[in-house]
Amino acid sequence: MDTVKLKINNIEIVAPKNATILEAARLADIEIPTLCYMRNISAIGACRICVVEVKGARGLTAACVFPVAEGMEVYTNNGTVVAARKRTLELILSNHRMDCLTCLRNQNCELQKMAADFGMQDIRFHTDNMKPEIEDSTLHLIRDNSKCILCRRCVAVCKNNQSVAVIGPNGRGFDTHISCAFDHNLDETACVSCGQCIAVCPTGALTERDDTEKVWAALGDPTKHVVVGVAPSIRVTLGECFGMPIGANVEGKMVAALRRIGFDGVFDIDVTADLTIVEEGAEFLKRWKSGHDLPLITSCSPGWIRFCEQYYPEFIPNLSTCKSPQQMFGAMMKTYYAKKTGIDAKDIFTVGIMPCTAKKFEIHREDEQAVPGLPDIDVALTTRELARMISRTGIFFPHLPDEGFDPAFGIASGAGLIFGASGGVMEAALRTVQELVTGTPAENLDFYEVRGIAGIKEAQYELDGRMVRAAVASGLANCRRLLERIKAGKASYDIIEMMACPGGCISGGGQPVQPAVVRNFVSLRERRAASIYTQDQNMKLRVSHENPLVQQLYDEVMDGEPGSHNAHKWLHTSYRARPKYPTVNRAR
Amino acid sequence: MPSTKKIPAFTALPGQLERLKDAIERYRDQPGAAMPVLQEAQNIFGYLPEEVQIEVAEGLGMSLSEVYGIVSFYAQFTLYPKGKTQVDVCMGTACYVKGAGEILERVERKLGCAAGEVTEDGMFSIDATRCIGACGLAPVMVVGGDVYGLLVPDEVDGILEKYM
Repeated sequence: MDTVKLKINNIEIVAPKNATILEAARLADIEIPTLCYMRNISAIGACRICVVEVKGARGLTAACVFPVAEGMEVYTNNGTVVAARKRTLELILSNHRMDCLTCLRNQNCELQKMAADFGMQDIRFHTDNMKPEIEDSTLHLIRDNSKCILCRRCVAVCKNNQSVAVIGPNGRGFDTHISCAFDHNLDETACVSCGQCIAVCPTGALTERDDTEKVWAALGDPTKHVVVGVAPSIRVTLGECFGMPIGANVEGKMVAALRRIGFDGVFDIDVTADLTIVEEGAEFLKRWKSGHDLPLITSCSPGWIRFCEQYYPEFIPNLSTCKSPQQMFGAMMKTYYAKKTGIDAKDIFTVGIMPCTAKKFEIHREDEQAVPGLPDIDVALTTRELARMISRTGIFFPHLPDEGFDPAFGIASGAGLIFGASGGVMEAALRTVQELVTGTPAENLDFYEVRGIAGIKEAQYELDGRMVRAAVASGLANCRRLLERIKAGKASYDIIEMMACPGGCISGGGQPVQPAVVRNFVSLRERRAASIYTQDQNMKLRVSHENPLVQQLYDEVMDGEPGSHNAHKWLHTSYRARPKYPTVNRAR
Repeated sequence: MPSTKKIPAFTALPGQLERLKDAIERYRDQPGAAMPVLQEAQNIFGYLPEEVQIEVAEGLGMSLSEVYGIVSFYAQFTLYPKGKTQVDVCMGTACYVKGAGEILERVERKLGCAAGEVTEDGMFSIDATRCIGACGLAPVMVVGGDVYGLLVPDEVDGILEKYM
């Protein structure tokens, strides 16, 4: 690699030739504050918080975008630099509604931390009477522009990483604000509710809609039997909310915490991930043999589903009709579990703990009621909301003992677990499908080609003398690229896994928010995924259809096999084209 | 800030959409095509309603939100059609210190719509303009091309009534 030598704060540094000053400084453990910059998402050098002095240069330089050069001398914290940063910060704060105590991002706010770091004791300029500017039209998100600092990270992730682009800077000068075209409400646009904008917001301007009160109310209601199911990825991210390392597997502590909060049943959604694989595997084989509606495209990611319905309705026939693991969990609770325990389904209150804000939309989808009149899932909470419930309960999370899930829905395979990472659903499906086709247990259960952080992954596997062409995409911009390639006739597949969020559920829009100072130098995706695959590797049960609970479900209530009448009634759903421009009355 | 004003329903006149498509075709492959296309679109339609902006976005492979971001940034673009009679109230320095603010307020009150907008019946549109170069007559407004100078607020209603 080509390198250059430079000095930062008189420390000699050898840095890659294409590095920015920000990256080079990090090599010498020098932290330069940033607000608008986020690696792989936005680099526009606009906020001026990262300015540094470069000897010989006119004015100050934005370290986040300025490349290093041979012999460069940089000062990151001299008087000129610090004074400029403080002035910029003071101006940002002058137009920021500082209600830190009642803000969801209190103590996890990049602006708050910066104000503390700079010792901002007094703001000389004030915008009088700042009022909340709340936009709460959607099921998943609350925007408060009075806390927005116009960093545009949300705009960048929505456009570049998700290719959805329903928000942008509107107006000019003091009137500049982030909103939808024509200042329409978000629910009047083709937003897919992925929540990536929330995950990159440095302040409390964007937050999930907090539904924890609904769960507290149910827990306090003696007539309700409140059960909780936890998605695969939560166990490798929840610990971050309690200061534990990124990727720490806290499954046992998480179960203990849920039990102490007071849930009547603490269950593992990995079980219904296994169920999804068995049902979807059978669906794939049927389509593969008949040649109809290929490629089969997975349906676990509700952000992806909405994207498909709004932007690519022509691919709706390709979607697997299987509900997501969350919805299958709810369906099984209100049918099988109700029958088994003798509890009336209408008294069972189901909570999903999800990495995902789109799950808040999914639970309201039209065709997701195994028991007519009762939603499969009553409330979907994000990882962040669960962390808040744990904190409120007064549990010292890192010290909890490890406990196991309740046995009724507590045994799952490694295949169900790896649903949490991009490529996991594909690998889980392949593990099962290869055995269903050959009829003999497979020796190889590792499909390395579909793992890893690439946005689009392709692989081919021979099954019974015929090639299965598989593709995996995560991040909706990558999903779009893949669909465009198919539409142009440049690629052809038999089975595709699509995940709305870049990297899959482990980087979902409902996961713990890590500040730019972490995300700029650490790959959250890699660490969280590694933790999932390590656990899978160490499990005895690694194939979905060998899960005894899944076999039991089919034997007891679904006529012994996937695709049966009851399986169809409870585990499958339907899709519909949704308008890309809901505000304009014409077909597109 | 969002306007509460109702925008009249959009219908394209014969040939207008074809002219827009032609403009999109001409600029499609150029960098920064949105600006000239939006300028032509405004020439064709007189303003840039949502339907037209969607046409531009789809034609240039942009999102509606990006197109609207450009339209809302530049003062030269308008979201409202012009009325039959255009009312320009000069907000240049001389007019301003001579009480143009009060003149504008009277115009807005009389017509029931704000500067930058059009009345619901499509008869009048109001703009607060920069200096029109008639400082000696400050404060000045121009109604349907006729210049009225040395205004006092109480004259405003009577002048507008002549155009109703």
